[in-house]
Amino acid sequence: MNLGATLMDPWVWRMAWRDSRLHRRKLALFLSSIALGIAALVSIGSVADNLQWAVDAETRSLLGADLMVRSRQPFSREVEDAFEALAAPGEAREVRFGSMAFFPQTGESRLVQIRAVSGPFPFYGELETGPPDAADAYQDRRYALVDRGLMIQYDRAVGDTVRIGGADFVIGGSLLRIPGETSVSMTAAPPIYIPGSALTETGLIQPGSLVNYRAYFRLVDASGVPDAIQQVKLGQETEDLTFETVADRRRQLNRSLRNLNRFLELAGFAALMLGCLGVGSSVHVYARQKLDSAAVLRCLGARASRVFAVYGVQIWVMSLAGSAAGGLLGIGIQKLTPGVVAPLVPVAVPSDISWGAVGEGMAIGLGLAMLVTLAALMPIRRASPLGTLRTPFEWRDSDAERRPFDGERLAAAALFGCAIAGLAVLHTGSLRTGLGFSGGIAVAFAALSGIALALMRFLRYALPASWSYVWRQGMANLYRPQNQTTVLMLSLGLGTFLIATLSLAQDSLIREVELSGSAGKPNLVLFDVQVDQVDDVVGMLNSRALPVIHHAPVVSMRLSRVGDRSVESLLADTSRDVSRWSLTREYRSTYRDHLFDSEEVVEGAWNGRPAPANGPSTVSLASRIARALKVSPGDSLTFDVQGILIETIIGSIRDVDWQRVQPNFFVVFPTGVLEAAPQFHVMTTRVQSDAESAALQRSVVQTFSNVSVLDLGLVLETVDRVLSQVGAVVRFMALFSLVTGAAVVASTVLTSRFLRVRESILLRAMGASRRQIRQILFVEYLFLGGLAALSGLTLAVCAGWALASLVFDVAFGVPVGSLALLGGAVTILTVLLGLLGSRGVAGRPPLEVLRIEV
Amino acid sequence: MKAIDVVKLTKTYTESGRELTVLKDVSFGLAAGTSCAVVGPSGSGKTTLLGLCAGLDRPSSGTVEIQGQRLDRLDEDARAAIRNRAVGFVFQSFQLLSTLTALENVMVPAELQGRRGAKADALELLRRVGLPDRNDHYPAQLSGGEQQRVSLARAFINDPRILFADEPTGNLDAETSARVADLLFELNRERETTLVLVTHNMELAQRTERTLCLKGGLVVSDSATGIEAER
Repeated sequence: MNLGATLMDPWVWRMAWRDSRLHRRKLALFLSSIALGIAALVSIGSVADNLQWAVDAETRSLLGADLMVRSRQPFSREVEDAFEALAAPGEAREVRFGSMAFFPQTGESRLVQIRAVSGPFPFYGELETGPPDAADAYQDRRYALVDRGLMIQYDRAVGDTVRIGGADFVIGGSLLRIPGETSVSMTAAPPIYIPGSALTETGLIQPGSLVNYRAYFRLVDASGVPDAIQQVKLGQETEDLTFETVADRRRQLNRSLRNLNRFLELAGFAALMLGCLGVGSSVHVYARQKLDSAAVLRCLGARASRVFAVYGVQIWVMSLAGSAAGGLLGIGIQKLTPGVVAPLVPVAVPSDISWGAVGEGMAIGLGLAMLVTLAALMPIRRASPLGTLRTPFEWRDSDAERRPFDGERLAAAALFGCAIAGLAVLHTGSLRTGLGFSGGIAVAFAALSGIALALMRFLRYALPASWSYVWRQGMANLYRPQNQTTVLMLSLGLGTFLIATLSLAQDSLIREVELSGSAGKPNLVLFDVQVDQVDDVVGMLNSRALPVIHHAPVVSMRLSRVGDRSVESLLADTSRDVSRWSLTREYRSTYRDHLFDSEEVVEGAWNGRPAPANGPSTVSLASRIARALKVSPGDSLTFDVQGILIETIIGSIRDVDWQRVQPNFFVVFPTGVLEAAPQFHVMTTRVQSDAESAALQRSVVQTFSNVSVLDLGLVLETVDRVLSQVGAVVRFMALFSLVTGAAVVASTVLTSRFLRVRESILLRAMGASRRQIRQILFVEYLFLGGLAALSGLTLAVCAGWALASLVFDVAFGVPVGSLALLGGAVTILTVLLGLLGSRGVAGRPPLEVLRIEV
Repeated sequence: MKAIDVVKLTKTYTESGRELTVLKDVSFGLAAGTSCAVVGPSGSGKTTLLGLCAGLDRPSSGTVEIQGQRLDRLDEDARAAIRNRAVGFVFQSFQLLSTLTALENVMVPAELQGRRGAKADALELLRRVGLPDRNDHYPAQLSGGEQQRVSLARAFINDPRILFADEPTGNLDAETSARVADLLFELNRERETTLVLVTHNMELAQRTERTLCLKGGLVVSDSATGIEAER
């Protein structure tokens, strides 16, 4: 078939135009689903482009400086000299640590992240504050800048007071945006900026405290950053410094953006797939309705290719219109999307139109729609002129329907599959990811259709014969010839699946946090307790009749040797199988003579005896770090504790329940080794109420200003808020699937309306009342919506279980109530759309309907 | 040259692994401008014969020649070209395109040829069949008799050499049937078309010059030869 030449035939276009006159609205509806799919792709592509533009435009403000140097200890004299030698025109310092913020006016306190800044940081970009000039003034006027979320939560306003340690600060402004940081990260650890000059007044920096020291530099020439790093490294060799440049930050951000874009694209592709499914299915039914006309044209002498082209042109022109509509809709939706992704990205996302993304989305959507409709239109190409003489079933049944392995359709379907896989590979830039991406969509579709078919089959045989005719007929309609049950189940099921999976994952994580603080277990942690404060803090807890459930000293150290190899040589060895993070991380270890109830020795034996006076100490390692270091009992490790090397032998490996609200450690030392090292203590207790927790926190912050308190309520609240922000994106994309699914339902209901009209005529002729016909329609859509929801929910429960067990490693539970609510909503939506689309079917008298073209 | 020449035409279907012969060794020929009725009970193979003669289907064996061209040697597109050029159809169920107006329906075969003046010819034919004021009506807005007259106009738009009519009055009342039949024979005569008419209606069959009677897929009588086959 020379389709190209045939498409130039004026008769084809004339016929297509004439034939479409009575169906244009119906055709437009068919294509609404592809328009929604294209809209998803266009808006996602535009947002991705806008994100990239924003990152490119704000590159330097991502770090706020050309170079940042970070250390766990105050910078030594040598390092300071090296900094001075840089002769940087801009230099700023920041001391960052966790502490309690206390609001004296209300008596409330909360764990926050303190950032004590000296110097004009950031050099690039700006701290956005309300009022806007607060960022410029807070250092000179000795104000605090407080995270906006925190101020809203505690109902504080500019001019109020916040107490940090032993110092009171007037709140000079609320922090709206920090260059290079996301609102999600600000939610997890709300920042408060104070002037660096006021840090000593707080009295919070104690030996052993968890503090992060940062130096920011603006260089004369940003291209000189690598030289500057080298210069600082050469200036000192003993300190463990971390360097971060704009390029590093940008690389990290691009990696995160790639992941975000991949996720969004996955959702976009899923919506587009649904759109294609809807169009393919509607066009398939449309093509079958057109078989009689095609047979007449063939009989009158039209070649198969010309007849095919007549209907192809109709569909493809409408696809073009649908893709244009999708493009416009995508541009509109794109204006909303930045607001949804904003919490996840550290740059202000503009909402400029990306014509490249619009063109690409439209081209992809149009191309896929053409491919999928090509397959759906194939029966027209094979329409036999004999159809004019024979009743449809006499010849049609022996035609396409009896050829499940129809070569042309299989080829079209294969072409469609290859196009999807090709696009995915092209978009993700990786063969493996692209194939995984398209394979994932295929698996989700296959699983959903499999579940849907299994449920239908089960219901078909399980439906009691004693049920009324209305119920049996409604159910039987799901199997009627030309039914689109599977398509509807897929389109509605996918949206349900996405929303339910998200809800299950969120529920599992929150439940885990709640469980971790259930009866008898600690729900409040006090950390940064200095050695000389331990007795007083314990006394305070005892005076309030609160138990000290756990008490652990914490000593910071680094790994120096693994066996007989130094960490440096291991890091330099490219063939090593030990993970880098386990070699370079700072270990916060403890010492004690007993195991906690969250620990279980799985290898070797626990040695609770004090360390020998000479020779290596016997330590216990958590199984996760032992796996990372590839060590087992009997192996030796050497730790560097503030410059002193301590040799150890691994005595046991422990499994640790990391989900508990209590201090857990990778390395547990015996007593008698670390007692003299710089350290702080962590304690856990259990409070009975929020009021008791608030009262204790108030006392602690007023008496021991350096001690921080973390309660379970805060963890829960933080997890919930972070998940809600991340979940908003997923919900937004799931909504695309549901709306596309609804469009598919609307178009398929109208497509198969003619079947319902004919059936209604017959039933009414045989004495069925309008009410009965409406009831049959109701039952049909009730089953359809119910089964679609059940398919989506079943798959979501499987996915939720996999996420909880394999990814989050938390207990899995099914929130029956919320899932039932979602299932009910999807079912009601289906019934409403179905009944709306079938409006008037029951009410028209048979004689009138017989003459109406449907 | 015969307008149509049918030799030993046989059609066999395979249904559930069993062979079913619906037409067996049918032979006849018609000179240009003559008319022939094919009669017989339901299931005798009349419609199958019409489909094979018109090139709508392929025979299992035997040949059909229209205007000297053997249809079995042509592919479907070539047969379609012959149908468009030399064949006209009238169906029991009219088979008008529901989305096209009466005028557009009549124009279709001429437009398929890319012929200029199709509209004028179609308007003239609609006038000839008594529907000059129904040009812009859709099939659903016409009565059965009117639809069949539009169908007749369409059948003659390309001046076919041979016209196949399948129960052309089967869906019409007696009065309308008579008017449509009169029109069919008038047009046939005017345009010297060869007519093959499949019908149950013996009154209608008697208006043709020759009658073939089919039974069980075999020709059991042929008025032209006077042969009465025995079964």
